[in-house]
Amino acid sequence: MIEDLGALFHGFAVALTPFNLLLMFIGVTLGVIIGVLPGLGGANGIAILLPLTFSMTPTSAIIMLSCIYWGALFGGAITSILFNIPGEPWSVATTFDGYPMAQQGRAGEALTGAFTSSFVGALFAVLLITFLAPMVARFALKFGPPEFFSVYFLTFCSFIGMGKEPPFKIMASMMLGFALAAVGLDTVTGQPRLIFGWYELLRGFDFLIAVIGLFGIGEILLSMEEGLSFSGKSAKIDPKIVIETWKKLPKYWATSLRSCLIGCWLGITPGGATPASFMSYGVAKRISKDGAKFGSGQLEGVVAPETAAHAAGTSALLPMLALGIPGSPTAAVLLGGLLIWGLQPGPLLFIEQKDFVWGLIASMYLGNISGLIIVLTCVPLFAAILRVPFSIIAPVIVVICAIGAYTVHNAMLDIWFMLLFGVAGYVFKKLAYPLAPLVLALVLGDHAENAFRQAMLISQGDMRIFFSNGLVGSVMALGLAMLFWPLISRLVGRLRA
Amino acid sequence: MEQQNESPEVAGGISVLSAEIAVALLILLIGGVVVFDSYRLGAGWSPDGPQAGYFPFYTGVLICISSLVTLGQTLFGKSRRSNKIFVEWTALKQVFSVLLPATVYVLGIQLIGIYVASALYIAGFMRWLGHYSWAKSIVLGVIVSAVSFMMFEVWFQVPLYKGVYDLLGFLGYS
Repeated sequence: MIEDLGALFHGFAVALTPFNLLLMFIGVTLGVIIGVLPGLGGANGIAILLPLTFSMTPTSAIIMLSCIYWGALFGGAITSILFNIPGEPWSVATTFDGYPMAQQGRAGEALTGAFTSSFVGALFAVLLITFLAPMVARFALKFGPPEFFSVYFLTFCSFIGMGKEPPFKIMASMMLGFALAAVGLDTVTGQPRLIFGWYELLRGFDFLIAVIGLFGIGEILLSMEEGLSFSGKSAKIDPKIVIETWKKLPKYWATSLRSCLIGCWLGITPGGATPASFMSYGVAKRISKDGAKFGSGQLEGVVAPETAAHAAGTSALLPMLALGIPGSPTAAVLLGGLLIWGLQPGPLLFIEQKDFVWGLIASMYLGNISGLIIVLTCVPLFAAILRVPFSIIAPVIVVICAIGAYTVHNAMLDIWFMLLFGVAGYVFKKLAYPLAPLVLALVLGDHAENAFRQAMLISQGDMRIFFSNGLVGSVMALGLAMLFWPLISRLVGRLRA
Repeated sequence: MEQQNESPEVAGGISVLSAEIAVALLILLIGGVVVFDSYRLGAGWSPDGPQAGYFPFYTGVLICISSLVTLGQTLFGKSRRSNKIFVEWTALKQVFSVLLPATVYVLGIQLIGIYVASALYIAGFMRWLGHYSWAKSIVLGVIVSAVSFMMFEVWFQVPLYKGVYDLLGFLGYS
């Protein structure tokens, strides 16, 4: 523990160079803009900007990209509160009480409340990462292929157990991701798989293309259908409102703490920020004594979802750092970045790349502080972006997505795939097929398959290896419980009734 | 797709039911293709471990199962009689008014490269969908393209696709 604190201070030294501080501010600002714009979000925004970081050192690159992520998390709240349009899926729950507050002329209070609770949620999750991630990583050093496969198994089963969507749609989406991951050259046998003589497919489907298409183009198509017309409240935050709101916030400490816990739990097991924000709002509504007034502009109704969303979004990085298994699509994109910069994600990262890991963790503290300062001071500027008409924003975003898709592999074909993924994203979203499992399966498909194959080689094809010791057995059992959770909870419900 | 005419909605559109069925069938087809090719590769065991098609084979099987269940739930479940609309015709027209230009744009990239195609696309989109003046549309299109050109070709030295017919060849970047 003490050793980790020392490492953290060393991390601050790494992160606090003027160049990295500059990147932090650029990152957060870009992130807020991305979060405010429809069609660009944390995942595809970072995917598009990834190629620009190739010339930086990995530490500087991840500091900038993770700050984009914090910025995007902050940015979602601005559009929710001022325009009643959630810029990001996780800020949908923020509109419930945030927009009524803005209508009553309390936009400044709502925004301050949202930003501050985002900050609190993120801080809680970063503290958790600081102390828990090194321990998890140390523990995971003992993992062999069966253990790793069991963790992958648990990750994917959690999607089915925790997801709001119909379980079989989650499974379909996830398995499509695995199938897409299998396309191309099989690294073990060297055989081409699923390419049907189309040799350009040997390269396989890159998940960055999928992310840009599914979330970027798909989102634009969705926004177009709704015929977006932005008519929002304007807001300025002056220091007086900030101080007044900060005086009110400590009253909601219980809601905050509960939301932090919900957020971290759903962030580490890949439920993600979106369900976390809804669940936290629901729980706060049920428990709070003002619960009945929720929806009419309660500050507490802004605090709960924002805290949880940020805690979840941040803690999704814990499994990515400690195990190399991302908890959200954005964490997956950051993981993709690690591979491109030549780092091997996984528990060894904490030993071999101390500067990188602790620099990143230190930058999480600093990035969130600079994020809070930037959003509190620049809200009117960011809100002005949304007043740019959609018929200008939409084509520009499509152009940015196309450029981003091309730069991943310098392949024209990828731009076509991006378009195809865009259409798929639109249809899937409308029919409640979740996109996150598809993306994560596409990212982790090869790793999961390799872990499975190696385990099978060790055991000579005996499946019992996955229950051969206490650790792997209990993780697998937990995974199975998650997998059948929809069934179990229905049974329990029926028994009660 | 023919039943949707019977739905009583005034606005009309593609019903959720037919969309669900179409997507489930498409996924089933993909699953079938995956199973077929994995089986061809060998989905069993060789002396040196699982064959190349082993893992994808079961992936494909699970795709088929989950799409069949979804199909079954759609056809025989409670929502069978719902007349919910997946997308109304007017909204669909909006979507296609973005999707078709985007497709033409990607084709344009293939032919004349990212920069020229982007400028034309942004200008065209603003002119025809946003009803801006030609001057404004063209200026903005050119600015966005020029900024990306400077950023990628000049500053970051990441060359982007110039197309089959490189109209910007005279600039000396290829």
